[in-house]
Amino acid sequence: MSSAAGNAVLTVAGLSVGVRDLRLVTDVSFSLGPGERVGLIGESGSGKSLTALSLMGLLPEGLRAAGSVRMAAVDHDLVDASERDMTRVRGDRMAMVFQEPMTALNPLMRVGDQVAEVMLLHDTQPDRRSARAAVTELFQRVHLPDPERMPGSYPHQLSGGQRQRIMLAIALANNPSVLICDEPTTALDVTVQALMLEEILAGVEREGSALLFITHDLPVVAMVCQRVLVMYGGRLVESGPVREVFTSPRHPYTAGLLASSRFEESDTAGRLPTISGSVPAAGHFPAGCPFRDRCPAATEECAEWPGWTGGAAHGFACWHPVGRTGQ
Amino acid sequence: MTAADAAGALREPGTQAAAARPPRRGRANPNLVIGAVLVGLVVGMALTSFVWTPYNPTRVDTPARLAGYGADHWLGTDKFGRDVLSQLMVGARTTLFVGVVAVGVAALSGTPVGVVAGMARSRWLSEGIMRTNDLLLAFPALLLAIMFGAVFGASTLTAMIAIGVATVPTFARIARARTLQVMSTEYVLAARAAGRTRLAIALRHVLPNIFSLLIVQASVSFAIAVLAEAALSFLGFGTAPPTPSWGRMLQEAQELLSVAPRLAVWPGLAIALAVLGFNLLGDGLRDRFDPQLDDRR
Amino acid sequence: MFLASLALASVTVFAFMSVLPGDPARVALGVTADPESVAQLQARFGTDRPLAVQYLDWVSGLPTGDFGRSYVTEATIGPQIVDRLLVTLWLVATASVLALLVAVPAGVVAAVRHRRPSGAFLSGMSQVGIAIPSFLAGMLLIALFAVHWGLLPAGGWTPPAQDPARFVRLLILPALSLGVVQAAVLTRYVRSAILDVLREDYLRTARAKGMGPYRALIRHGLRNAAIPVVTVLGLQLATLLIGAVVVERVFVIPGLGSLLLDGVANRDLLLVQGVVMVLVVAVLLVNYLVDVAYVVIDPRLRRAR
Repeated sequence: MSSAAGNAVLTVAGLSVGVRDLRLVTDVSFSLGPGERVGLIGESGSGKSLTALSLMGLLPEGLRAAGSVRMAAVDHDLVDASERDMTRVRGDRMAMVFQEPMTALNPLMRVGDQVAEVMLLHDTQPDRRSARAAVTELFQRVHLPDPERMPGSYPHQLSGGQRQRIMLAIALANNPSVLICDEPTTALDVTVQALMLEEILAGVEREGSALLFITHDLPVVAMVCQRVLVMYGGRLVESGPVREVFTSPRHPYTAGLLASSRFEESDTAGRLPTISGSVPAAGHFPAGCPFRDRCPAATEECAEWPGWTGGAAHGFACWHPVGRTGQ
Repeated sequence: MTAADAAGALREPGTQAAAARPPRRGRANPNLVIGAVLVGLVVGMALTSFVWTPYNPTRVDTPARLAGYGADHWLGTDKFGRDVLSQLMVGARTTLFVGVVAVGVAALSGTPVGVVAGMARSRWLSEGIMRTNDLLLAFPALLLAIMFGAVFGASTLTAMIAIGVATVPTFARIARARTLQVMSTEYVLAARAAGRTRLAIALRHVLPNIFSLLIVQASVSFAIAVLAEAALSFLGFGTAPPTPSWGRMLQEAQELLSVAPRLAVWPGLAIALAVLGFNLLGDGLRDRFDPQLDDRR
Repeated sequence: MFLASLALASVTVFAFMSVLPGDPARVALGVTADPESVAQLQARFGTDRPLAVQYLDWVSGLPTGDFGRSYVTEATIGPQIVDRLLVTLWLVATASVLALLVAVPAGVVAAVRHRRPSGAFLSGMSQVGIAIPSFLAGMLLIALFAVHWGLLPAGGWTPPAQDPARFVRLLILPALSLGVVQAAVLTRYVRSAILDVLREDYLRTARAKGMGPYRALIRHGLRNAAIPVVTVLGLQLATLLIGAVVVERVFVIPGLGSLLLDGVANRDLLLVQGVVMVLVVAVLLVNYLVDVAYVVIDPRLRRAR
């Protein structure tokens, strides 16, 4: 499961994202093995979405990435790649499903055409006719109702869950080796969320794609992912197999996240445990360990970045890790 | 966090870290400054003309006709020997007068109409008002002024009223749209729940909220009024001679285009700068009142 | 809805031009005329009939191009209007096409490069262009191209069938003076519409599919941006029609505008009434077409109808 750099499909090394003198993501390194499902978790403002967008080369105007992002069978670095090179990667080897299905589709174009487009663009289907057939098949695979007629619909005629399946169909159309999902179920009704997750799982399994799944929802990570990366303040603070990280977190932030997501652990007053303080505005975390101003265990030492303890696939960055044997 | 959130967070950094905020390039709002300067120039010219002009702008001085630039007549004279600069200064007065009355008429009648349409309980009333409004939109200012001129005879008054009436729908529309917005806010719902009368709500909540929008619109409408007045005077439907007006100066310059093109250049420049000034002022004020719109129109 | 607006507009025009100024027979003969000759003239003009009948008579002729007979020259008005309308349409159509050809690319570039000097320059140019009235632009063009360089005629008109080459040479300057100003206004709206579209999620989706920024904008952005632009285009066509009135005066073109102004000068109110009605119908028609265009562009509006 751990991904030795040799057979990884995606290797991120020292990735940073910033705007002018402001750093929003700092020195993030990880890799994805073929077909591996990895969760990227953290509160809003932790830099997880920016990390994902910088992998795709789709950072908002004014933001710049530095470091290195390599993909298997792509002979250039994705950071600072030319627009022309990136267009060949996007939608083909690496695809992404966004958070907001209601606005992610072009309202004036039939959904079938929007799915067919990505195949014609990368020449994975030779002509419109075969692309249309492929769309019907894709729609069947993601369990959209009436796959024969659905492609003729416009986005406004479909529900949020249906639109998100169409986004998934677009993302999976060219059999990508990496699929990035940025909170794909957050905007959906609770009842639809589980179905959507199953769809994603089935999809990556079928295509053999590695999955980078961004969320702040820990139970979802437990259900979908094999490995988890925890981000805080634009930095990776812990990583490891889901089961180990969730049962014995080493970083106090991870521990806090886990505690606040467990309903049964309310204190005597009936309050749920929370992490004290609030997330600073993006780019305004303290120097050193970004968590130190909210951390119960913080000391002088924490003014300096602790460095990474352990291996790339399983480790943490903390001066005062939570005890070995868990809580 | 989505990327848009990130960008948003960047735009409004936490206050405690305001010192670390990236410097924003010259945020003096150039539109506002340039607009205010140009408008100030026109207003200054008009005001000065009340106390001083180089010559009596209507004084005919045949020997000095078509004089070029010089110490006697800075901007030369026209075919009757009238001083161009003096005419320009008094012309600014005409332009501003027409603009103020026309925009005043439009704002003072359009705004209440729009607010009523926005607050009206009866669908009939609000629909009726807006339909009438749409009908009025089919009569552009220039056409209306020509109709007025045909029936009542051309004068400054008919021009002002025609431009004003043609601008009413703009104000009514904006006032209504904003009123509907304000009426659905929580504080108005609270005021209604507390039993405030509609008039009280209109005066306390609606008008103050649409005021800034109306100021912006007034500035933009003023630019349109300046254009319309110039066109009307050019066609002979505006201010009657001998009162100087920029549009008529242009019209008189047309036949002399091959002899003295400068006669067209100066009033033309005056019109263009005045229009530019009011447009930029409107844009600048919009940015000031509603910074979120800064990239748009 | 469209027909109701037409009806309302025609009543307004009739009331304003036929009722307000008073009886044309009395106006023509003056206050000192004896009642008998007034009655005679009224009978000839048909103004002795009730206003409602007069209105219906006038309005029922409009669809067939019958605008009545002038009280001043007694000539039929319809054929004059049709002749002149064709001239004005040539002018307005050419100007609109010119405006679109300039404004769409300029607006797109100004939006995409809005943080760069080239974009700011285009925005600035459009601001300046808006401030120049079309008749001023016309005079400047005449001063340069006709007077100074002697390249093109300063004014006049030849029907296309008669002498196509001369027709084109005569059309260039007036169409330019109308079109340039329209282009400036449109550029501004195209820019703002594109700026809005650039922030849309579906454009990011298109990029995520592997489209380059310009390709994504052209394939997914332009049509979305067209919705607000079409609105403005409709409003602008109305101003363009009225602007043509002034530009025709500058270039001595025998279009609808000249006819209107001559009518006013001769106090030929029925003629003025006819021309005004044609212009108003044109404005309403354009607005109606804009509504139709929305439905064609935007599938979300189709079901609502």
